[in-house]
Parts: sequence; structure tokens; C-alpha cells
Amino acid sequence: MAAVLPTRRDNPFDPPPDLADEERPLRRLAFPDGHTGWLVTGYALARAVLADVRFSSRLELRRQVVRRTETDEIRPGKPAPPGFFIAMDPPDHTRYRRLLTGQFTVRRMNQLRPRVEQIVDEHLDAMERTGPPTDLVSAFALPIPSLVICELLGVPYADRQRFQHDSAVLLSLDATVEDANAALASLTGYLAGLVERKRGEPADDLLSGLIEGGELTGDELVGIAMLLLIAGHETTANMLGLGTFALLTHPDQADDLRSGRVDEDKAVEELLRWLSVIQFGTTRTAAEDVELGGEVIRAGESVAISVPAANRDPERFAEPGSLDLGADAHGHLAFGHGVHQCLGQQLARIEMRVAYGALFRRFPALRLAVPPQEVPLRDDMSIYGVHSLPVEW
Amino acid sequence: MIEADRDICIGAGMCALTAPEVFDQDDDGLVVTLTDEPGPESTDAVKEAVQLCPSGALRLAGS
Repeated sequence: MAAVLPTRRDNPFDPPPDLADEERPLRRLAFPDGHTGWLVTGYALARAVLADVRFSSRLELRRQVVRRTETDEIRPGKPAPPGFFIAMDPPDHTRYRRLLTGQFTVRRMNQLRPRVEQIVDEHLDAMERTGPPTDLVSAFALPIPSLVICELLGVPYADRQRFQHDSAVLLSLDATVEDANAALASLTGYLAGLVERKRGEPADDLLSGLIEGGELTGDELVGIAMLLLIAGHETTANMLGLGTFALLTHPDQADDLRSGRVDEDKAVEELLRWLSVIQFGTTRTAAEDVELGGEVIRAGESVAISVPAANRDPERFAEPGSLDLGADAHGHLAFGHGVHQCLGQQLARIEMRVAYGALFRRFPALRLAVPPQEVPLRDDMSIYGVHSLPVEW
Repeated sequence: MIEADRDICIGAGMCALTAPEVFDQDDDGLVVTLTDEPGPESTDAVKEAVQLCPSGALRLAGS
């Protein structure tokens, strides 16, 4: 009988020790619904599956890879709601993505850099004013990406408590179904109201632009807004929190980053690779029989792609288990691969390139305010990281 | 010679990030090549961009 996905970690930074099996980069996997599918842990095979549209992303065909709470509205086996293009295949996916790609280009994200720097500085100033100790997640890691995505989308940051709470419930593995349904209804209602208001008073932001483009229904706009809002702050926020924890436990590397001995851009790619916060990876389901790695994946079988394991594949990365900010981590799969590769990755890069360096330069004596084993880890969330990070300086 | 298929491109921007002297993105985020015959100094970056392209929109002719 096939085993289930290993999820128990030995330490905060390494994937579960029994996740990857170098001899078997593709092996059978038991899914929580009783299906026997496949697990990919090798880099080359992971990339091949993600690039192959015969492996479908449609929500109707999807399966959970770990048992988790789902809402009644958005769950595997049901069609994706309008605008929820992360769970669609081309050409539906293409139509939505094409309406958005122009907003997230390398050039546009580079133009945002001064504003990101300003936001980072303001949060560092606030930390300085309040003084140590502080929780780095609530003072820095979460508010920075949250404010940036709010400004980009045109979501009032003043409403953050509501959507940050709803978003956290929706990403939790073990919320009650009632709470998850309530969070989805609350977020949907909030965004529908926002779209309505913007129809009357358009501004210079992404949602207003999509409304004025006139190609999308109200439901589609809400679906897109929800995806971008959740993805825009939970992912980068966790990279900033967990990445800072990693740097605090590797002080020599934090020194290299602070002093400029390592290139900030490269350092960010290595942190993305080493930490791989999409801890359970992503799944696809074969829409037809596909040959892969010497096996035949039958139509209807699901394939779990372990991003953390692929990003530590020794066939692809030298010394994959070590954090080395000077290493060449390009080609990592932290943002995925194929047509679903992260839409906001260039924004996430700018945020991280600015934030880590600025934090360690402002507070050269930054250190944990609790023993490392007391930092609460997000084992219970779809996106890994730290729930809080008590620091002092 | 670089072939960029804008029908396949999904605007991830990996090419513009990796070889900005050769690739750009238009207002819709889709790939634009700035030169058909990049100089030898760009060869490595172009190869890397082709390899990193998530949608398979980029090809080096003859490869």
C-alpha cells in the first residue's frame, strides 16, 4: 500500500526527512480521499509535470494531498468559481491571466521599488519607536506585503483586520467548516461591495482598471480580487518571517547580507529555494494517460508535486540542504513552473530584495527574543512560515 | 536567432528578469525581443532565459 505524504519535520527549516527518496523521484502516494496517485520529489520530473498541460489544474479533477478544511463553495470536485483561474486550464486560465500580466511586469514592479522602500522604512521607524522586544511578523513581515498589495489592487488597507482574518482562516488546515464558510462569505461580500464602490468611483488601481476594461463580470472580478489579495500577502509575508528566522539562526550569512558581501538578488533566490513555503507543493490530475519517468500516469490519477523536495534535489542543486546566500539557486521551483507560474513573483522579489537587507542594516544586533525551539511554526497552514517571531535588538 | 511565441507566453517575466538587454515585456506583459541577434556577451543569459521560461514560449533557432 502506498504511504501518505510525509509532513512531520525534524527542524524548522528542512522538509520532512522521509519526503524525498533519491532512488525514487516518482512514487505512489495515498491521497486522503483513498485515491492512490503519485508523488514527484525530483526536480526534473516536477518541472516536466508542471510544464505539461495534460496534467490538469481544474478544480473538478483536483484532490487534496493533505486532509484540510475546505469551504462548501470552493473545493476539489466542484468547478472553479468565476475568475478563480489558479484552478483552471487553458484557454479559460489564459483569458484571465492575460488580463493581469501587464500589471505585474518586471518593469512595472521595478517602478514600484521606491514605494516599497518607503513602506519598509516606515515600518522600521515604527519598530524603532516602539522599541524591543517585538513580534517581527505583525510589525514587519505581514504588514509590508499586505500594504503593497492593497495599494496595487485598490483595497483600503484600513479594512485589513477583516480580510487578513478571513484569509488566515481560509489557509488554515484545521478550521471548522462553519468558520471556513463564514470567512469565504465574508471575504466575498467585502470584495463584492468594494467592486461596486469602484464602479462608481474608479481610481488609479488594478481593480478599477479591470472594471473599466469591461471584460469581466462582477463575480469574475471578485474571484480575481480574492486570489490576488490572498496570494499577495500570505506568501511574501511568510517568506519574510521565515526568512528572517533563518537568517537569525545563520548569523554569518546575515552579516554577509548586511555588509553587501552577497548579492541581495541572489540571496533572495536562495532563500526562496531553501525555504519553499508552499510546503505541500501543488497537485495536478492527468487528463489523459501520460508517460512520466518510466511510468504511465493513467487518466484521472493525481500527481502531487513536492516543491520543497524538488528544490533540494541533489541532481539539480549543489549542497541542496545548506543555506548559502551566495549559491546559484536560479531555476528553483518556489514560484512553480508552467502556465501557472506565480503571477506576482516579480513583485515578491522586489519586496524581499528591499526588506531583508533594510531590516538587517537598520538593526545590526537583531536577534531572537526566545529560544529558537519556542518560535511557533505554521505546520497547520497551507503556506509554511512562523506564526510569530519575537525579536530584540 | 531567438524565436518568441507570444501566443504561448504567459507573461511571467523570467526572460526580462534574466536577460533584460535582450527581452522586454509589452504593456500586456507579453514577451518582446529587443534584438534578433544578441551579442556574444548575452549568450549565457539568453540560454538561461530560454531554459527558465515557464510556458516554453522561447526557442533558440537551431536548437
